[in-house]
Amino acid sequence: MDTMAAIRETFFQECEDQLGELELGLVAMDEGDADSEVVNAVFRAVHSIKGGAGAFKLDRLVRFAHTFETALDLIRSEQLAPSPAVMKTLLRSADVLADLVKAARVDEPVDEARSQALIAELKGLTGALEEAPAPATPDDDEPSSVVTEDFGFQPLLLSIDDEPMLLEPETTRFTITFTPRQGLYRKGNETVRLMRELARLGEATTTVDLDAVPTLDALDPEGAYLTWRTELATTQDAAAIEELFEFVIDDCELEIVAAPRDDAPPPEPAPELDSADAEPRDVRAPREETQSAAPAAQETEKSRPDHPKVEAASPTIRVDLDRVDRLINLVGELVINQAMLSQRVTEAGLARSSGVAAGLGALEQLTREIQEGVMAIRAQPVKPLFQRMSRIVRELTDATGKSVRLRTEGEATEVDRTVIERLADPLTHMIRNAVDHGVEAPETREAVGKPGQGEVKLSAAHRSGRIVIEVSDDGAGIDRQRVKAIAIKKELIPADAQLTDNEIDNLLFLPGFSTASKISNISGRGVGMDVVKRSIQALGGRISISSRPGQGSTFSMSLPLTLAVLDGMVVKVADQTLVVPLTAIVETLRPKPGDIHTLGVNARVISDRGGFAPLIDVGQELGYRPTSADPIGGVVLIVETEVSTRCALVVDAIHDQRQVVIKSLEANYRQVPGIAAATILGDGRVALILDIDTFVARTNRGSQASEVLLAS
Amino acid sequence: MSMTILTVDDSRTMRDMLKVALTEAGYRVVQAVDGMHGLEVLEQEQPRVIITDINMPKLDGFGFIENVRKDQRFLGVPILVLTTESSAEKKSQARRAGATGWIVKPFDSVKLVDVVRRVAA
Repeated sequence: MDTMAAIRETFFQECEDQLGELELGLVAMDEGDADSEVVNAVFRAVHSIKGGAGAFKLDRLVRFAHTFETALDLIRSEQLAPSPAVMKTLLRSADVLADLVKAARVDEPVDEARSQALIAELKGLTGALEEAPAPATPDDDEPSSVVTEDFGFQPLLLSIDDEPMLLEPETTRFTITFTPRQGLYRKGNETVRLMRELARLGEATTTVDLDAVPTLDALDPEGAYLTWRTELATTQDAAAIEELFEFVIDDCELEIVAAPRDDAPPPEPAPELDSADAEPRDVRAPREETQSAAPAAQETEKSRPDHPKVEAASPTIRVDLDRVDRLINLVGELVINQAMLSQRVTEAGLARSSGVAAGLGALEQLTREIQEGVMAIRAQPVKPLFQRMSRIVRELTDATGKSVRLRTEGEATEVDRTVIERLADPLTHMIRNAVDHGVEAPETREAVGKPGQGEVKLSAAHRSGRIVIEVSDDGAGIDRQRVKAIAIKKELIPADAQLTDNEIDNLLFLPGFSTASKISNISGRGVGMDVVKRSIQALGGRISISSRPGQGSTFSMSLPLTLAVLDGMVVKVADQTLVVPLTAIVETLRPKPGDIHTLGVNARVISDRGGFAPLIDVGQELGYRPTSADPIGGVVLIVETEVSTRCALVVDAIHDQRQVVIKSLEANYRQVPGIAAATILGDGRVALILDIDTFVARTNRGSQASEVLLAS
Repeated sequence: MSMTILTVDDSRTMRDMLKVALTEAGYRVVQAVDGMHGLEVLEQEQPRVIITDINMPKLDGFGFIENVRKDQRFLGVPILVLTTESSAEKKSQARRAGATGWIVKPFDSVKLVDVVRRVAA
């Protein structure tokens, strides 16, 4: 049953694809792009899901898909126009279908009321049309009866009755006269097969009439000249016999005559047949095997036994994620080793033109390509993520009464699947914000000359080795007066703070900031943009905001393509080498004597953008040196923590800025507060990667930071 | 020496199911993802039986069957239509296109193999 489980998994994967196609198509239709190809694709998606669901007996899914499909079929045949109201129902049905698929996959309960409501709605669309010609069908039992009937196994040509010999008392004798025309053979049908099927129905004797066979010189080898007459004693009725011929009915003459029940003696062959010159020959319909199967076909088969198998299935393989990760790890090692080797070669003083150096250059190139290739295995397009967002926009427009269209761009852009997974929540939040706070109510929009329907744009693109995702709206833009007033009221900034527009916009990211004057149940879920920012930072990303009054706002996120490497600043501290994640660093500076202020016994702060940031000596904190070094002559890194406080880290020197391969410290040693992971540098030495948040927290100065900021 | 069967279906689930059922029954299975692809596969293959879906992108089952029947090499090859639809109209359309028989999804593996065995005999 293992194969079935695998196929089931394939089915659900395929469902994901189909749901994606469905959504894409419906959105296109909704935008008035309802050409027949799009409608067909939409229909096929639902149809395929229904087909597969039937195979796995997922009845609820089948039922819903069936109703959905019926409505789509009407659109396909242009009996139903895709009006905005109809499209709304279809889009919501797509959402329910997605829910049902998910529920079936993990075998969890579904929102029965919702799917029933939509079934009713869909039937409202189809019923109006269907009921006109055929009002007899009662509405309530329609889905089940249709479904069961549809899904019976009905090979029309072939009876699947396996026990033809069980004759019961009510045997009827039929005389079946069957004259095939040429077309019958051309369609792959065989008289012998039909006769055999006939024989399965009961006791059959078949005679063939060769009367019409011309002389050899006039004979067309592909012609049809024979008439077959079968005397059949069967418990089946005439309809069952007719059914056998259903597929050939257009290509033959068929006559089925039932003898009266009591007419026991088998009728003699028809006189006109008897009087023929050619002798009627008795032909017993063969039961299982036949000699008449085209020998040519068998020969062709034999002639190509070793023909390469045409594997047409989509060119994908499924691989355990662990294996991929192991490979990624190994490639990480390879990158490190290659870097070490490069460094040794440089140290050995070999000339650049030497064979070794040249070979090493090629190796370096190759290593980088392998690394990219391996990373790409984990990469997935953002399309499914974006599609989820379009559903959210739909639900929001229903809830807010606003009219908003989601436009997406760059859905094919690929990024590490973990990044995608962890991007879902922050992105959802931002989309909610855009619809709820960004886009204005239709009346407001129209009053300022904008179209009543707002637009939220979601785009993804690769930019210099990172992925940039933008959420923008064409709403009112950030009300800076209000934002500043709120920040002052909530004591996030001093009342007399002089802030640039950009700084005001960034106040949105402060913890505890929320502009919603009333808590709507949409974006007011207890999280603000600070949480979004934290999630993005946790992924090694950065987020920025830009806004133009009356024209809208844009949130722009830049994320690494993978979580296996990190952009870091390599710094020296008391002869130790450390890596500070680049995303945490706001700026670096060489402090001048006047910048440093001492507070209390040994707390020092540095002037920072009109406020003060506490100085933390990294060397002292990590125990590399007993007392803190003099920041003058060293370098100060202004970093920002997840709670948006700024701290100044004192290091001795900046060594390099580069990508490092992340090695888990937990897996290789143990967890250390303040340290995120480790990496191996080109010289083979281990360097620790700082985790800014926990590092600042462990100094216990994190809380002071905001106090200082407030006091300034 | 196993007989070759061509299955044409845009659903990977269906392709997989057919492949499992038919391979277990001893047939060699070649697959195509739509009608157009099916015709391409037929350039290199001479299947004993063809099983095709109806609703497919690029070239649907009807079009596929019509094209196959135009080819002298496949005049006598049985073509079974495998689909969820079972309306009389569709059946007659399939018949006109040149289909040999009709099987409604979801299929039972045993019965499917039985049907294939009979038309392939």
